[in-house]
Amino acid sequence: MAVTVRIPTILRTYTEGAGEVSLPTAGPTLGSAIEALEAAAPGIRARILDDSGNLRRFVNVYVDDEDVRFTDGLSTPLKEASAIAVIPAVAGGC
Amino acid sequence: MSTEQSPPFGPATRLVCRECAAEYDLGAAYACMECFGPLEVAYNFTGVTRKSIEAGPQSLWRYSQLLPVAAYAQDEPNLAPGMTKLVRADNLADRLGMTAPLWIKDDSGNPTHSFKDRVVAVAQSAARRLGFTTLACASTGNLANAVAAAAARAGQGSVVVIPSNLEAGKTITTATYGGTLLAVEGNYDDVNRLCGELIGDPITDAWGFVNVNLRPYYAEGSKSLGYEVAEQLGWRTPAQVVIPVASGSLLTKVDKAWRELAKLGLIEESTYSVFGAQADGCSPVAQAFAEGVDVVRPVKPNTIAKSLAIGNPADGPYALDAVRRTGGAIASVSDPDIVAGIRLLAETEGIFAETAGGVTLATFQKLLAGGEASPDAETVLLNTGDGLKTLDAVAGVVGPTAVIPPSVAEVHRVMKAH
Repeated sequence: MAVTVRIPTILRTYTEGAGEVSLPTAGPTLGSAIEALEAAAPGIRARILDDSGNLRRFVNVYVDDEDVRFTDGLSTPLKEASAIAVIPAVAGGC
Repeated sequence: MSTEQSPPFGPATRLVCRECAAEYDLGAAYACMECFGPLEVAYNFTGVTRKSIEAGPQSLWRYSQLLPVAAYAQDEPNLAPGMTKLVRADNLADRLGMTAPLWIKDDSGNPTHSFKDRVVAVAQSAARRLGFTTLACASTGNLANAVAAAAARAGQGSVVVIPSNLEAGKTITTATYGGTLLAVEGNYDDVNRLCGELIGDPITDAWGFVNVNLRPYYAEGSKSLGYEVAEQLGWRTPAQVVIPVASGSLLTKVDKAWRELAKLGLIEESTYSVFGAQADGCSPVAQAFAEGVDVVRPVKPNTIAKSLAIGNPADGPYALDAVRRTGGAIASVSDPDIVAGIRLLAETEGIFAETAGGVTLATFQKLLAGGEASPDAETVLLNTGDGLKTLDAVAGVVGPTAVIPPSVAEVHRVMKAH
């Protein structure tokens, strides 16, 4: 799958400042896309995944506008031209 | 005090990651570069006494020595929120079968009628120090009011981003204060995500998002609610406190405030239990509490309590920690119970709370019934907002006792029937 990944400001040190990265061969799932992202931007995987390879608690990842915690996490399937977004968790309200 | 003598962030020294303890200089940072964890303000408090606080203004600025603000922040244009009433609620206590005193900390008395004026006052000060000329926020409504009004008072620009399905009372009030109001087709979590993505876009270079890139400072403003309750009780904590939970930030900051006061010797070391209140239609923290787990699984909100409708609560894990450490609990209540809670508080104490206040009272009733909270322990309930902003919640269930012609006989007839 060819997909795009939106990169948050605090991770752009890994992407030479780019806010979006295109991955021509991302594989079938979010997990494989993160591996492909690591190959394109070495070091970035450890910022998104913890030592056990799970999504970090304070990072939100969306595939085609759906929070992957509502889908299959790292196993969430990708489509051709899927848009992945990585965004730090913040919140308002009380 | 001159600008030269007062540090720009007062007693604040650093930003520290709550997850991995990485440290950063004070600035517009909100997520840890290492692990995305939230950043928390660290302090070096000096010279804080009950006397120094009591000599301060009748607003949250009396706690300037405990907040990340310069001593001169109170002299800059702002809404000067805080020092709201702590109301002794004897009628309600009787109705609930309590033998100990019950109090309502009524933050609907703030300038834009919710506790959000507190957090915005501190964030506005940080925005000035960091050179932001426009105040921005992602909001479920109360924050929208607070940001738009604070910016208007200070002559700053504002950009407020809200879900498009918000209560009319919150949308119309925000729009009246002026500034830019963006209603987004989506829920709060969508709005929040959009604002997270906007950070780093050049269009936002001059924008201080109070609850995103100014969040460490903003969140500290909630501590003032805790300080005030303690001061108003005569420098002590109640045995129980019940706090509405959306992101979980308010609950953790009230607990932090009381621990700070105890550490500084301003109150006696005391034990208290912190209780959290959510709506059934958005209760991820209550669910994690009930399941005994640390991980808060996001939900899709569906409740009339829109100010609490945050499905992915960033401070949820810390709220769980505070509640468990203090022997409290977190529970949730149904939308009809929320409406009943709003009416009970209004009928017994003359306080018209927004839906979040109904959540808080109804949850306290549930916790009393279940034995998690005690009727024999002094309790403070936090009312964080004004019922006039959420009229829809009660519009369908209350109304005139009777509609009559202007006739004395008709009044007699109605009074006899009731």
